[in-house]
Amino acid sequence: MKDILTTENLTFDYIRRDDEGNVEGITTAVDNVSLDVKEGEFIAILGANGSGKSTLAKHINAILYPTEGTVYVDGKDTSDDKNLWDVRQSAGMVFQNPDNQIIGQIVEEDVGFGPENLGVPTKEIWERVEESLKAVHMYEYRKKSPNRLSGGQKQRVSIAGVLAMHPKCIVLDEPTAMLDPSGRKEVIRAIRALNDVEKITVILITHYMEETIYADRIFVMDKGRIAMEGTPKEVFSKVEKLKRLRLDVPQVTLLAHELKKAGLPLSDGILTTEELICQLS
Amino acid sequence: MIRDITLGQYYSTESVIHRLDPRVKLVGTLCYIISLFLIKNPIGYLVAAIFLAMVIWLSRVPVKFMIRGLKAIVLLLLIAGFFNLFFTPGEPLWSWKALTITKEGIVTATTMVLRLMFLIMGSSVMTLTTTPNNLTDGMEKGLGFLKLIKVPVHEIAMMMSIALRFIPILLEETDKIMKAQIARGADFESKNLIKKAKALVPLLVPLFVSAFRRANDLALAMEARCYRGGEGRTKMKPLIYKKRDAAGYLVILLYLVVCIYIGRVIKL
Repeated sequence: MKDILTTENLTFDYIRRDDEGNVEGITTAVDNVSLDVKEGEFIAILGANGSGKSTLAKHINAILYPTEGTVYVDGKDTSDDKNLWDVRQSAGMVFQNPDNQIIGQIVEEDVGFGPENLGVPTKEIWERVEESLKAVHMYEYRKKSPNRLSGGQKQRVSIAGVLAMHPKCIVLDEPTAMLDPSGRKEVIRAIRALNDVEKITVILITHYMEETIYADRIFVMDKGRIAMEGTPKEVFSKVEKLKRLRLDVPQVTLLAHELKKAGLPLSDGILTTEELICQLS
Repeated sequence: MIRDITLGQYYSTESVIHRLDPRVKLVGTLCYIISLFLIKNPIGYLVAAIFLAMVIWLSRVPVKFMIRGLKAIVLLLLIAGFFNLFFTPGEPLWSWKALTITKEGIVTATTMVLRLMFLIMGSSVMTLTTTPNNLTDGMEKGLGFLKLIKVPVHEIAMMMSIALRFIPILLEETDKIMKAQIARGADFESKNLIKKAKALVPLLVPLFVSAFRRANDLALAMEARCYRGGEGRTKMKPLIYKKRDAAGYLVILLYLVVCIYIGRVIKL
């Protein structure tokens, strides 16, 4: 499988300046991160607040450029200006606040915004809008105003907007942070469908553990570095370490972990209720 | 509730006028306003009135919506009428103390009031039959020639449509901030003007801060979706002239010719 995203020793410093422009302090948000993501993978990046996960995400879309190191998206160096639009087209980005990323006044117009920018012919724009809205099950809302949709529906429209640009990879920067539980479920279901059905590489950045159990691989970030890496099973079997990184594990995993400590014969890293029931009986 | 707000004053129905290209309606409105300043005699006003009545009838928008637009300028109409009626020098017809009505006064007052009324009604036909979206599209394309003299037409149209999109969101936010401030004892109900103005400060400051934050987020989201200005952009809903638009232009031209003819040839 081809690599869709590669970072080599990526480091990013936020530089604070005082009124005269003198450097007051440097915060290293991302510190020497090297990772690669293969085409078609579902990657989750976990981390507590301030762990640098959003800063990392902004590098994939060439919104930020590395202070040191390089980021390659689909084989192209993001810090090279002539690659800028290619990179942004191949790696779409969905942000946290659903209200602040919808540009159109009607759902279908918003989904068409990306293809319009790419200079896609009118007829094809309509085809892309239709297929993207159907992929996130929002086709029947195409004539509605975004203001009348719920948060989960708005995020699905945002995902469709990115999808219409035919990206190879979608980066979602805490897409569910501002949603209620049912909205969160809706959005996660849509994201999983993208990965399963459309075979699009998904990079999901989140701090909700439950959302990461379907991922192929999880990266856990702490203080700008990658602290843990592996499949959900491998990562969640290290409950104590996750706790030290100020992260919770899913409730079922925690229960299984405690039961095992109490002496029950259970395997490590149980992720779903069904799995636990199966092992208990 | 605030989410249901209709922007502008679009009246949704099916009619020939609704289906016209927004550019035709823009040009038409402009021509109509110009014509109001060209005509100088009663027959001219009759023609303008008939033309307006015809368009309103075709648009199938209830007349009360047009009248509603006039309510906003009632005071202006009264003042303009009053001053022209009583303070135009000329042949006196009636006088009482300092107030004198002259023949010329009656004429100028009537033309002034009629002109203003037609002007408002004429432009509300456009806003009532065109969605704000369509209108910005029409402006972008119809005023495209201004690009030659470095007017950023695309950017202005984009700004207008983003503003339209965010008005309901910001209204809702205002409501939220207001409630939060009321919960902390702010007084928005005071009749005292100074107090009222002062109460606006804790409302406007957070609103502005949040508007800037939103603008920042939106700019980022637009860039992430490859927005790079109007260059090389295609349209999902391009404006294409149809036969009825040509007919529309023809009617406008005809009307203008008639107006000029009446103004020049027939003298009363």
